[in-house]
Amino acid sequence: MARPPQRRGGQVGVFGALSHLALAVWAILVIYPIVWTFLGSFKTNTEIFGDHPLGLPANFHWDAWGRAWAKAHIGQYMINTILVVAVATFFTMLLSSMAAYVLARYRFFGSKVIYLLFVSGLSFPVFLALVPLFLTVKNLGLLGTHTGVIIVYVAYSLPFSVFFLTAFFKTLPTSVAEAAMMDGASHTRTFFQVMMPMAKPGLISITIFNVLGQWNQYLLPIVLLPGDAQDKWLITQGVANISTNAGYEADWAGLFAALSMAIIPMLIVYIVFQRQIQSGLTAGALK
Amino acid sequence: MRHGKLAHAPSPMALRRYGFILSFLAAPLVLYAVFVVGPYIQAFQIALTNWKGISPNFDYIGFENFTKLFDDGAFWPAVRHHGLLLLVMPLATIAIALFFSFLLNVGGGQRNGRRTGVPGAAFYKIVFFFPQVLAVAIVGVLFQAILSPDKSGVLNSALGAVGIDPVGWLINPDLALWTIIGVMVWQAVGFYVVLFSAGMSSIPQDVFEAAALDGAGRFTLFFKITLPLLWDTLQVGWVYLGIAAFDGFALVQVLSVDRGGPDNATTVLPLEIWRQAFTFSKYGYASAMGVALFFLTLTFAALTLRVTRRERIEF
Repeated sequence: MARPPQRRGGQVGVFGALSHLALAVWAILVIYPIVWTFLGSFKTNTEIFGDHPLGLPANFHWDAWGRAWAKAHIGQYMINTILVVAVATFFTMLLSSMAAYVLARYRFFGSKVIYLLFVSGLSFPVFLALVPLFLTVKNLGLLGTHTGVIIVYVAYSLPFSVFFLTAFFKTLPTSVAEAAMMDGASHTRTFFQVMMPMAKPGLISITIFNVLGQWNQYLLPIVLLPGDAQDKWLITQGVANISTNAGYEADWAGLFAALSMAIIPMLIVYIVFQRQIQSGLTAGALK
Repeated sequence: MRHGKLAHAPSPMALRRYGFILSFLAAPLVLYAVFVVGPYIQAFQIALTNWKGISPNFDYIGFENFTKLFDDGAFWPAVRHHGLLLLVMPLATIAIALFFSFLLNVGGGQRNGRRTGVPGAAFYKIVFFFPQVLAVAIVGVLFQAILSPDKSGVLNSALGAVGIDPVGWLINPDLALWTIIGVMVWQAVGFYVVLFSAGMSSIPQDVFEAAALDGAGRFTLFFKITLPLLWDTLQVGWVYLGIAAFDGFALVQVLSVDRGGPDNATTVLPLEIWRQAFTFSKYGYASAMGVALFFLTLTFAALTLRVTRRERIEF
């Protein structure tokens, strides 16, 4: 207040201009590749490899989108992914909030040990478990099935979800639940009708965290849904596979269309929910 | 009191309570035990065998897998790559993110006595964060097109416009790993801008006001006030990025030439584990690599917590 910035006006001007330049350059670095991919999906191969690869397409052909959706099965992979992520996130939320509630609100023999067991899962790299996990899923006959992927997604989403939700349930007041119990509500009913609604903000954050994490998963699908189960594939492995094959078939527009199909839904979801997504993803770091 | 209750005949209420606890914990615990805890424990056991996928038989061979690992032509390059990733990626990401979040939150000068961010800060935060919601595999495919070595790649044709010859971003073995680090930083910066912004906005305004009254400029505000008060958040960011530096699987597998190439120039341990297990079916050897990766990660985490430990500043 006492030292208005005008005193060093010139310096602030230069600093302001430079900082705007830096911010604008980074914004272009983020936006441009995505716009270029989107435009590329309408181009012909000559336009992509011609003299002006940065230019606009002459015509907006949608046929690459059709090829990617049907011939490269991106449509199928998208539907598979929606199905797997919806079911897996639902069960992740149900099971982790049940476990977290009991661990946060009830003291019983072994509760500390069980909590630590869940949380310790956060410190192990998943690559350590990769071979035995693959064999476990295979021995149960679940290799190449969506059921197998869903179960594994739920199991590996538990540590963080339980860790976060236990902390969250501990912050909620106990009086409401006690009043419900006094009125004769069972433990189960108190949980579903009293505690779950109260925990909504925490549940939303972790749901977003899990939806994004599971949607973007790449390692588990390529291990659990091998090549002979190609009709079961998920979006990330499908797009990565076109890219591997693009060299031979040289359908660059088709690849760009597939990429756009993977990116645009995320962009829309992100624009609509950006505040919740930002807080959901950074929730873990800020505790 | 709990034990006292147990010693006597349990009341119906206590029984109901235990029944409830059991019914809520059973499913998550069983799932977790079978698919997470079990595999982690078995990994240590399989690491001591010569198990090769196809046959059901295997022998315990002690630490032979580990001695073999130290002679493996891909193991040491992979470990070196993690070292470089660990050094460069977190530093670059944190430095860029800190700079941007300072501009976006504090760098705009004073308005009505409050320090504000530059105009358009909200827009920049939304844009910067976006790559974080994309799958790493999708980012890999995207950059494969952007970085392609001929003039069809966006980057090379932009360079061509200013008269620079096409660069083999991913095919030059001296450059490929740096390119991959660049892509990692591209994706990560936005997340840390948002994270550090949240940390900065929790620093009380009067701290900045008091410093400004004493004539502190932007650099003083940044190095003497913002940085020390943000230490906890920085530490969390460092640990996150360090853990990411021990992964890199999806990006290297999708983006690099020949999955970890050219000539192992970009390979990382997770990629070697995956390759040994699912291309060569060497389950025992792959698990031994997993154990090595686990101890590397553990060492990093322990070292970080020791080195960055510091007096917490209360505000």
